Amino acid sequence: MARLPYLPHTDSDIRAMLDRIGVQKLEDLYSDVPSEFLKKGAYALPDALSEQEIRDYFASLEAMNARLKVFVGAGAYDHYTPAVIPYLCSRSEFLTAYTPYQCEISQGTLRYIFEYQSMICELTGMDVSNASMYDGPTAAAEAMKMAVACTRKKNRVLLSKGLLPHVIQVVETYARFNGVEIAYVPVTDGQTCINCLKAELDKDDVAGVIVPSVNRYGIIEDHSGFAEAVHDRKGILIEYCDPSALAVVKTPGEWDADIAVGDGQSLGLPLCYGGPYVGFMAVKKEHMRKMPGRIVGQTVDKEGRRAFVLTLQAREQHIKREKATSNICSNESLMALWVTIYLSLMGPEGLREVNRLSSDGAHYLYGELLKTGQFEEVFPGKPFLKEFVLKPKHFPGQMQKRLEEAGFFAALDTEEGYVSFCVTEKRTKAEIDRLVQVIKEG
Amino acid sequence: MKYYDKLVFELSKEGRTGYSLPSNPYPAGPEVPSALRREVPLRLPEVSEPDVVRHYTNLSQMNFGVDTGFYPLGSCTMKYNPKINEEMAGLAGFAGLHPLMHAGLTKGALKVYQEMNKALASITGMYCFTFDPCAGAHGELTGLMIMRQYHMKRGDLRRTKVIVPDSAHGTNPASAAVCGLEVVEVKSLENGRIDVEALKPLLTEEVAGIMMTNPNTLGLFETEIKTIAELVHGIGGLLYYDGANMNPLMGVVRPGDMGFDIMHLNLHKTFSTPHGGGGPGSGPVGVCQRLEDCIPDLKVSGFHGNFGVILRAYAYILSLGKQHLRKVGQYSVLSANYIKECLKDLYKLPIDGVCKHEFVFDGLINDGAHDDVPGATTLDVAKRLLDYGFHAPTIYFPLLFHQALMIEPTETESKETIDAFIDAMRKIAGEAAQDPEILHAAPHNAPITRPDETAAARNPILKYQEN
Repeated sequence: MARLPYLPHTDSDIRAMLDRIGVQKLEDLYSDVPSEFLKKGAYALPDALSEQEIRDYFASLEAMNARLKVFVGAGAYDHYTPAVIPYLCSRSEFLTAYTPYQCEISQGTLRYIFEYQSMICELTGMDVSNASMYDGPTAAAEAMKMAVACTRKKNRVLLSKGLLPHVIQVVETYARFNGVEIAYVPVTDGQTCINCLKAELDKDDVAGVIVPSVNRYGIIEDHSGFAEAVHDRKGILIEYCDPSALAVVKTPGEWDADIAVGDGQSLGLPLCYGGPYVGFMAVKKEHMRKMPGRIVGQTVDKEGRRAFVLTLQAREQHIKREKATSNICSNESLMALWVTIYLSLMGPEGLREVNRLSSDGAHYLYGELLKTGQFEEVFPGKPFLKEFVLKPKHFPGQMQKRLEEAGFFAALDTEEGYVSFCVTEKRTKAEIDRLVQVIKEG
Repeated sequence: MKYYDKLVFELSKEGRTGYSLPSNPYPAGPEVPSALRREVPLRLPEVSEPDVVRHYTNLSQMNFGVDTGFYPLGSCTMKYNPKINEEMAGLAGFAGLHPLMHAGLTKGALKVYQEMNKALASITGMYCFTFDPCAGAHGELTGLMIMRQYHMKRGDLRRTKVIVPDSAHGTNPASAAVCGLEVVEVKSLENGRIDVEALKPLLTEEVAGIMMTNPNTLGLFETEIKTIAELVHGIGGLLYYDGANMNPLMGVVRPGDMGFDIMHLNLHKTFSTPHGGGGPGSGPVGVCQRLEDCIPDLKVSGFHGNFGVILRAYAYILSLGKQHLRKVGQYSVLSANYIKECLKDLYKLPIDGVCKHEFVFDGLINDGAHDDVPGATTLDVAKRLLDYGFHAPTIYFPLLFHQALMIEPTETESKETIDAFIDAMRKIAGEAAQDPEILHAAPHNAPITRPDETAAARNPILKYQEN
């Protein structure tokens, strides 16, 4: 049996180390373990593979997956990733570092997190961002908890039915174990219903409200009057946003929200079957000390040079244990770096251009699909960017299947009986025309 | 490492771009209606591609990773991250999968989940795993949800307390609180193990279960685990296993066989995936057979967990196979005991005896304090290690000792590296005895000296502001 290249121990090393410890054999190092718990017999694992065999095996697994042109969003967007990003993120000084607890030799990580926080604040129009959360849905769940913590005696949180289904499910799960009651605000005419929201707020027991900036139908929501209504009842307004779209749509800051959350995936992260992504959270300054997760701050070293450290740690689990604002420890630091490099490359113009290309492509597809006569509009005239829903006139399930056979992942069935489409700058006009042709031929 | 002072914002110049996008082939679509349009300026940096590459390369050079040098950070299992794993996770056939694609389109991905499930079940002795949690603490939370779900399904609503040892990772009590459970602390004995006599009176019908790390955070095996399991099961409670310390048990002992009902693994510790400066991780949760039906109605992350991390861990498991698994556990324990034996004449070892993958010193035996010069603390030792080219151990944890210095070498370090570390630790002990000021002022050759953390917290500057 060949040696494993990751294990440097030679037989003589092992002997010398055992001698220094003063035991005979490796098994003696487990003399404190009751013998009944020492595993007898072989583990049900495959035989060890060489590197070449691993490569071949993964190629066979990879080949079992479909390779389709993605015309679906619903919380995971197929935006373009510039080559620079994976190149820089694979630098092992970033990749193989731990959490930057030893700040003197972690200034690289601390600086990019500081840049990330600055960029998230800039995108959302909020005052303070943390260093990242697991993903968008868990960031929303943490925001729900934070709303309850900020308002103390109230423990009902309202969710717009316009939020993506998986966001609602995760928030519901967290709420169930936190004693938080969840209620829903319906969507009327493609938009979270403000009158329904006000009726719920009138019960005066609402800690917070989570609404989507761009909702599950792709519609840009109008949140005029939302913050006023929520704040009148001393509640917390939480905006769930697509950060890419925030380059062009009104920011949570402009809507006077208290907390902005969402998933950074749309900022150039690969789809990767759902993860790793990166949740973000940014808040108004007054809620800073209630925010979960790590935060990087600027200071100076003994020589007066600019330096960066993890700060406000009195909120965190390793200090506060059960009284911490959250249990989050590891977050998605490397994906925060990914997002930071993406935003550096794109800049304000690039991000607007991504939105322009995606939106124009989506509107072109929308028009072409309507021309086929096989769809009805669901929300005519409502503003959207890269994503929209239509109502198919016949058998929606079959349409998705036919498109798959032609090489497209598109026309995702929604629980309302619509089909959902999304166009990013990665899709070409030729692909759109071909997709429409397949539907026409149906 | 050299000091580099720029932030990317400071490289910005109007009119520069770092992107390349196709020209727009579509007829002009509608603008965002003015009432819904962003009005505030978007002050992202405007930089060229070479600027970006050089900036982040410079930043990376102020960082220390496992590939830079030895990283003996206790409880973090900073083992080598194999490069083939990175390549496998980046394959286009995985990276391009949309999370909402149905099973017929993702057969390869699903096969990875199935085979990982089988492999982890075999390694741990659990029945099956959920892969949704994105980190260790997320796994703890999910595991505790399963614990509560189990009791609720039985109609037993009294179980609102969870027992956590005083030596536990900080995430344990925090996860319990987030899960709506009341934390009851159980003390450790002088020998670092859970005090079974102190545990007994805590075991009431209000106890949902106990969270344990075994070996515990002192690196000591909980020798009374069988009695503890019987006692906790005896009152209808469940045993939760914090998998942060699973590495020494690889191929030797299985949590499931010790009576644990629920556990999480940190794939970014035990299964070699890179820590990425604080994530992404992956914290799959395993349960025994009777808890299988408590998993499905929990949705703790958006899609299927951190698939990219799971792919890396699976490549690692395939490289280990049944042949190498045991060496991981054994060599990690060998290295830890070797370091302990080579240093315990200079550093206080509060609890002697065989340790597992890590151990804890309680500061220097001779800290060099004299006249009005204070002695060298654990913090000073840690900072001085940076000068010698090593990452520091975990410090001031566990909380049981005032000067805790927690060392975990892992199985992927050679005897030469370990000997060099021992040598540095001995030199530092000598320096402390001679002149602790050298240590107080350390590090001397890192990119920065010790920063003013008090000022950072008192006057928080948390984002870039133009001068």
